[in-house]
Amino acid sequence: MSLELAANMGAAPKAEIPTESPLAIRGLTVSYGQKPVVFSVDMTVEEGSMTAIIGPNGAGKSTLLKAALGIVSPLAGQALVFGKPLKAARHRIAYVPQRASVDWDFPTRVIDVVLMGLYRELGLLRRIRPQHMEKARACLERVGMTDFADRQIGQLSGGQQQRVFLARALAQEADLYLLDEPFAGVDAATEKAIIDVLKSLRSEGKTVVAVHHDLTTVRSYFDRVFLINTRKVAEGAVDEAFTPDMLNQTYGGRLATGQIDQLELAG
Amino acid sequence: MFWTALTLQLGYNATLVTIGATLLGIAAGVTGTFLYLRKRALVSDAISHATLPGVGIAFMLMVMLGGDGRALPGLLLGAAVSSWIGLLCVSWLTRFTRLSEDAAIGAVLSVFFGFGIVLLTVIQTMGAGRAAGLEGFLLGSTAGMLFNDALVIAGGGALTLLAVLILRRPMTLLAFDPEYAASRGVNVGRMDLAIMALALAVTVIGLKVVGLILIVAMLIIPPVTARFWTERTDHMVLISGLCGGLAAWVGASLSAVAPAMPTGPIIVLSSFGLFILSLLLAPNRGVLAVYLRHVRFQRRVHMRQGLLALAQGQPIYEAFTVRLLKRAGLAHADGVPTDDGRARAAKALRDEKRWELVRADQAFESAAALYDGLRDIETVLTGDQISEIDQRIGGPQGVTS
Repeated sequence: MSLELAANMGAAPKAEIPTESPLAIRGLTVSYGQKPVVFSVDMTVEEGSMTAIIGPNGAGKSTLLKAALGIVSPLAGQALVFGKPLKAARHRIAYVPQRASVDWDFPTRVIDVVLMGLYRELGLLRRIRPQHMEKARACLERVGMTDFADRQIGQLSGGQQQRVFLARALAQEADLYLLDEPFAGVDAATEKAIIDVLKSLRSEGKTVVAVHHDLTTVRSYFDRVFLINTRKVAEGAVDEAFTPDMLNQTYGGRLATGQIDQLELAG
Repeated sequence: MFWTALTLQLGYNATLVTIGATLLGIAAGVTGTFLYLRKRALVSDAISHATLPGVGIAFMLMVMLGGDGRALPGLLLGAAVSSWIGLLCVSWLTRFTRLSEDAAIGAVLSVFFGFGIVLLTVIQTMGAGRAAGLEGFLLGSTAGMLFNDALVIAGGGALTLLAVLILRRPMTLLAFDPEYAASRGVNVGRMDLAIMALALAVTVIGLKVVGLILIVAMLIIPPVTARFWTERTDHMVLISGLCGGLAAWVGASLSAVAPAMPTGPIIVLSSFGLFILSLLLAPNRGVLAVYLRHVRFQRRVHMRQGLLALAQGQPIYEAFTVRLLKRAGLAHADGVPTDDGRARAAKALRDEKRWELVRADQAFESAAALYDGLRDIETVLTGDQISEIDQRIGGPQGVTS
């Protein structure tokens, strides 16, 4: 184990990283305390694709995203965003965190949350002008939440809260969207609204990466998958990588065979 | 007399104290809002108690250097340094040990305060340079406030407000959603320290007026008060600053009228008065409003249940329901419906049927989301939509009211 660790630490040759990829991760290791949650993971996201990050609970899916965004600092490894270090390309990424990560009794309205997506544009001191409000409204419109602009966020249902988070990310006008379980605990209408927005982003040439739980929808929502259980298990087009064999490896036999059969898997 | 104090006509010193305290109150209310929103209100308690050793050491140093041990800028500088060390201790303990923040706060607070008290005792036994003024930092003493002291407070308060103005967006972002803030490039650790540093600045400049034991109240009570009145962060900051300033102004004026009263505690009590008023009377979040809403809701539930029971010819057992129906002219005291009641009951039953269809139909999804079992269907759907549903139900048409 320690030898392997040493071999992986910083050993990733730089020349290998494809610079055109929206997100390229090499040799990434993150640990909470003494336990590695993500171990020596490589990932190459294809531009204009929709990738599902799949794996059991505690497999490091969210942590992988957070490390890519610099929210948690990795023990080893690096991530390049559009071929540049995170610092230089941060404005091209929009992040949609898990809904549960926030106190929804916070004194803020729906429109204020979306305006947070414009903070880079606004800077520290610039006033919020009609054109900013206009932009925020347009983002709310895209997720079907225009009528809720002036509501306090605590009055929203879980699905509506998720849509507001997505609207905030849209306001950033980024090129790469990283979403942490956007479909967790949302109603059917929200799921449809979100996937429609994500697909329209893809058709605009943007790149989408989402941590995803529901194996039954992988095939219809995404074109690529990234299977992880602390280590990377597989990565590739849905047809190649989303196979019973790979799923069994990822979930360590925790999926019943019946469950896998229902997924109409290839291979 | 109180009025003369409020209108700043009670002499030079009282006026100075009132203006200084008001500025401090505004700065504390504004800064405290971010502390509260970041859920770090208690850290300010550690910060304030950690000022005491600094005050003692600064005094000793200044005496040793042959100066006046009680020069306010020097004492405040000492206070700032030692509370900054205390603050770093708290954040170091929570970050690198398994101690939770409350435990770290408790430990730092008591150790620093204890050390400070020891220093004050030592200073008293030294007998060097009258140390009498130093206990004033515990509970505040405005009796001997000088123009320069007021200037220090005013300048410090203004600088703090300026810093809040500049940092308001990253601080709001951090308080609401730290992970998202980090994804936008906000340095979470450093921004947290900035919030604390602002609280520290307020604490230090408030030492003279309110004292280190009670300064916490000026940072916490105004934002808590403001929270009752608004659902917007920007408004909350303004209201909190207003509450803080108002409480300080009233408190300082009161204590000017009754000089035996300590300024700090009076300011805190005034602030508390505003808090109680808000707690009881604020619309939406106030206790009274919540209670009234509950009562109204309960009535709607009983009314609805009563009508449905009438419609289905079931007996009503709850006296309260019967009373409500009777008061509305829908039923007699024995629970037998009036003509009006019979019509309303039929409508209620029909609404139930309509709702059933609405909720089963994907096309009405947004309307169905509003279903609570109580609402009249015409508050959610248009007349056309209702007749469309009625057609699906069949039976007699046009029962709308």
